[in-house]
Amino acid sequence: MTLGHALLKAGIGFLFVLQMLPLMIYLERKGSAFIQDRLGPNRAYIPGVGLRLAGVVHTLADVVKLLTKEDLVPKHVNAFHYKLAPALAMFCALAIGAVIPYAHPVSFPDGTVFRVQGIDLDVGILYMLAISSIGVYAVVLAGWASNNKYSQLGGLRASASMISYELSMGLGVIGLLLVYGSVDLNTMVAKQGDLAFGFLPKWGIVVQPIAFLLYCTAAFAETNRNPFDLAEGEAELVAGFHTEYGSFKFALFFMAEYVNIVVQSLVMATMFLGGWQIPGVSHEWLVKPENTALVLKGILGFLAVAGTFIGFRLLAWHKKNRMVWKDERGREGAILAVLLGFGPAITAAAVFLLWTSGLGPSSAAVWTAVIQFLVLVTKALLFCWLFIWVRWTTPRFRYDQLMNLGWRLLLPLGLINVFGTGLLVKAGIL
Amino acid sequence: MQQAFFWLFAAVAVGAGLFAVTRRRPLACALSLVVSFVGLAGLYAQLGASFPATLQVLVYAGAIMVLVVFVLMLLNLPEDAHDRVPDPDQDRMWPVFLVAPLGILLVFAVRGMDLPKELPALPADFGTVAGTGRLLFGEWVWPFELASLLLLVAVVGAVVIAKKKLD
Repeated sequence: MTLGHALLKAGIGFLFVLQMLPLMIYLERKGSAFIQDRLGPNRAYIPGVGLRLAGVVHTLADVVKLLTKEDLVPKHVNAFHYKLAPALAMFCALAIGAVIPYAHPVSFPDGTVFRVQGIDLDVGILYMLAISSIGVYAVVLAGWASNNKYSQLGGLRASASMISYELSMGLGVIGLLLVYGSVDLNTMVAKQGDLAFGFLPKWGIVVQPIAFLLYCTAAFAETNRNPFDLAEGEAELVAGFHTEYGSFKFALFFMAEYVNIVVQSLVMATMFLGGWQIPGVSHEWLVKPENTALVLKGILGFLAVAGTFIGFRLLAWHKKNRMVWKDERGREGAILAVLLGFGPAITAAAVFLLWTSGLGPSSAAVWTAVIQFLVLVTKALLFCWLFIWVRWTTPRFRYDQLMNLGWRLLLPLGLINVFGTGLLVKAGIL
Repeated sequence: MQQAFFWLFAAVAVGAGLFAVTRRRPLACALSLVVSFVGLAGLYAQLGASFPATLQVLVYAGAIMVLVVFVLMLLNLPEDAHDRVPDPDQDRMWPVFLVAPLGILLVFAVRGMDLPKELPALPADFGTVAGTGRLLFGEWVWPFELASLLLLVAVVGAVVIAKKKLD
């Protein structure tokens, strides 16, 4: 493996997940605003130009704020563990992203095969469980090292809920293992290309609906998101385990939460929604140069139409608001219409019309991987939105309800599911 | 490269193990033990046994030690409680003299072993999930089941003891 190859692999492992961070934070803010019938943050702007870009500038302003704040270490904390905790949280969140297969291994005509995956481990999903079990320590450490009763209680709650829900998570995964006969994520995705019962894609959600329910619930608890975010229940615990954290140390916890969401969404999409598989379209069909070109043209055409539509919508909005603000903001709608709507649309249309030559086998292989990658990301974004949706529509659980749900409902359900799946697999139905 | 990683993981495992017995805060000891387990897992992974390595992290570092840390946090000894723990440097050094001869004996025993120059080739499924599973449920099924029984007895015993206190 050359150095470039290794760097590319390392980049695939975590750069994409990191790139999703600002998007997730933006989605969270605008999503909450959408659900609560507000506009959401939109005041931060680029000085001089007057562009606010519908709140995107807020995400940038956040980073500047958090980076320039004083990096305070309170006197009463256990300094070493206090500093270790946020780093560990971020590391564990990012490390899981390394095992996700983003596309079918790309095989070039000269025989080299490139796996679009950080590390190709045969233990796949177990690695993910192992790293997330280490992630518990980040919260525990933060709570303990802060030397503050609220932090301590938050840390205790988080570790208790994570331990409880890891069990149901594991049981959900066992159901899948029984069906697919492998813990390797590549094999799992490949098997999901088959058909179940003759007509449905053999996705995890189709053959293992209970396991999906278990895993999804446990994923919410693992990421410490609402309705299971008792670790930072601000009504009782100030801010829970990260009460004593400020500036970029807090930012690391904050980012780790969103990285966790993205990674868990990717894992769920990989295990339950068929990963990069497109239903009805096999990899062998897609990798043929003429088919790849066809699909690419389809995507370009869609982009052109959708971009034009978005552009006209934004332009209408611009015309309505232009006279309201009599300053730089008046231009904003027009600029957005070009940036988000007409610009991409014209580019896509131009490429669509000008591109007449076919694809070579190697470029077809690379573009196939790109298409599969986009499919996986679309599926993962569905789950990302689910995380946000649930957070802003459900109230927080009480602590005893959380424990009862985990131990008295999900755990027996998981055991029954494993038993039932075992019987069905033995009978040859699944 | 291989050598460098071996020494790195070995140093982490042994160093963290030393920390685990010399630190005075119970939680620091427990966390050092976690690091030691992770170092061990690294050594397993280097041997090509990816499944045992993952389980080492998942079960020992992830599950068992979290419970230990959890209990330590629940007890949450006050700061001055550590002063009542005898200073390891003064009172607890004598076991070293008991253990050291054993260590020296071990070194001599390993050195005297007749190790083959060419190591035998490993089976293809060595250390994978399938390979370990086949060993565990095939050749070693009885010891495995006995160990499970032992754990079951421990669980039942714990429940019985805890239940008496509750009633």
